[in-house]
Amino acid sequence: MSAGKPKPHRRKLALGQRVLLAVPFLWLLLFFAAPFLFVAKISLSQAVAQRPPYEPVFAWSESWNVFVEKLGQLSLSAYGLLFEDDLYLASYLGSLKLAALATLIGLCVAYPIALAMARAPRSWRPALIVLAIAPFWTSFLIRVYAWIVILKDEGLLNHLLLSLRLIDQPLQIYATDWAVLIGIVYSYMPFLILPIYNAIDRQEPQLVEAGRDLGATGLSAFWRITFPLSLPGVFAGALLMFIPAVGEFVVPDLLGGSDTLMIGRTLWNEFFANRDWPTASAVAVVMLLVLLVPLLLYERNEMRISETRR
Amino acid sequence: MQQSLVRIDGVSKHFGETTAVDNVSLDIGAGEFFALLGPSGCGKTTLMRLVAGFETPDSGSIVIDGVDMAGVPPNRRPVNMMFQSYALFPHMSVAANIGFGLKQAGMGKADIATRVADLLKLVQLEKLGGRKPDQLSGGQRQRVALARAIARRPKLLLLDEPLAALDRKLREETQFELMQLQRDLKIAFMVVTHDQDEAMAMAQRIAVMRAGQIEQLGGAREIYETPATTFVAQFIGEINLFAATVERGQVVRCAAPAFTCRLPEPMAAGTAVSLAVRPERIRLTRGEPAGGEVALSGQVMDSVYLGDVKVWRVRTDDGGLLRVSAVNSGNGSEDIRRGERVHLTFAESDIRILPR
Repeated sequence: MSAGKPKPHRRKLALGQRVLLAVPFLWLLLFFAAPFLFVAKISLSQAVAQRPPYEPVFAWSESWNVFVEKLGQLSLSAYGLLFEDDLYLASYLGSLKLAALATLIGLCVAYPIALAMARAPRSWRPALIVLAIAPFWTSFLIRVYAWIVILKDEGLLNHLLLSLRLIDQPLQIYATDWAVLIGIVYSYMPFLILPIYNAIDRQEPQLVEAGRDLGATGLSAFWRITFPLSLPGVFAGALLMFIPAVGEFVVPDLLGGSDTLMIGRTLWNEFFANRDWPTASAVAVVMLLVLLVPLLLYERNEMRISETRR
Repeated sequence: MQQSLVRIDGVSKHFGETTAVDNVSLDIGAGEFFALLGPSGCGKTTLMRLVAGFETPDSGSIVIDGVDMAGVPPNRRPVNMMFQSYALFPHMSVAANIGFGLKQAGMGKADIATRVADLLKLVQLEKLGGRKPDQLSGGQRQRVALARAIARRPKLLLLDEPLAALDRKLREETQFELMQLQRDLKIAFMVVTHDQDEAMAMAQRIAVMRAGQIEQLGGAREIYETPATTFVAQFIGEINLFAATVERGQVVRCAAPAFTCRLPEPMAAGTAVSLAVRPERIRLTRGEPAGGEVALSGQVMDSVYLGDVKVWRVRTDDGGLLRVSAVNSGNGSEDIRRGERVHLTFAESDIRILPR
């Protein structure tokens, strides 16, 4: 049509609505923006061997003039270090690589599970959902330790494979990137399953029937109807997994080898081993900026979808 | 009668304890407009889904165009369905929706484009091929669903409550368009509906279903004028039903309202029957009736003005309750009001005697 899309009209919000909107804003301000600014501030100062282990550029009590004068003393040296030493770049890339790989493997595992859940008899589904989130009822740390028991050289997995005579040497999985991958895929599985399940379950069952009626086999009805309609769930799940997986510290620390480079670990080392807070903060700030990219892409995609839905 | 296109023979379908379709047999001719009519839960939708291939019969056979459909999946049946919810693919444009079945059939891109353009023109949506389904009105969506369902030129088109989601005005318009389309395409249509007006207006033959079985199968006139059972009589239009008993000498006696009439065919004395009279066949007058074989008198309980018709409920002196209706012909005979004393007359030929 030539008339064009109707413009979304702005309407004035009532006081109650404003208050309601203010709550999440204040929350974000208090628990996200403010801490982030602290970290950003530390990242711009100099490291010193004392407590706290950095030279604060500003003190809260200083006057405006001193503040402006001291702006000049802000240092980007911590950021410079990130580029000088290959360790940081390697850690970032290692994290992104492992997180992306884990997300990909996770999707391949989670999708069939979610599909099976959505296609299961309606009366089973609450139980299946509970099963999917049941791991959350046990401490995350304990579950990662359990994987050590399974994966280590004399662990359950090797024991099983050896006794089945599938291998004659124990597999070295524990303390490698493979163990980290397995740990991350396992830990974030519910975050993938639930959004995908939801995206499939929400689909009108008649859509697949309509596809079958119009000549599609079961498989092509899945590829042309069910799968594309589940993509929002796939993206949401992938994002929910990928972002925390990039910054993951516990899994690489417990399951990874000494050569497993992930940014969470490097960050921890900078803070607690090297006590170089400015560099650690700079690592954190850059990581956040890197993670903003997929978030913004996702956000834009969502906007486009809701735009066409109008 | 035309050559039979669909032959449903002794088909039953159970879901757990409930019997959805119970030993149903019927034939649909090539190019026929056929309706399955019944209240919700009567099994009409299940029967349609059996024909489409979404359900498998527990017993009996379905033959379409000479081929037994046992084990034939929905995608290989010469049948297409228009779903009640329309089931348009929300992630595809209107054109892609209509072209879906053609693409599945392996038709080339250019041919699909031509055929889709023709179909869009047929359903008067030429300019909307690029839209997404949720950018369309209800009526437009219905047309897209229809175009998509006829794109593959099926031998039989199944329509599940095709007009239910439309508002009243549009429904009537669309009804006529569907009939025109069916005549033009020469495809057999099988409509499932709970709306008797819809079925009567469109279908050449109607199967009235109840509890998984066909109560009566026939043309609109046959079903309305000579209902086979009290269920059909009550489901199709309005009707007065009176309990009565057969007496000796081929006479039926009704207690309330009190009257007798002759039996057209002999029945055993003492048989309990129902007498059915359509409200519009009863004449309502203020003065003494000029004739009519059955004559009653009573008092008007309610009178309802509906514009084109007027409806009264009359309590006869012997305690019977009758519904009477008359067309608003404008000659003033219809302004009989509540509380008035009236006379009721009707012919014996307007009485249907039904098994109770």
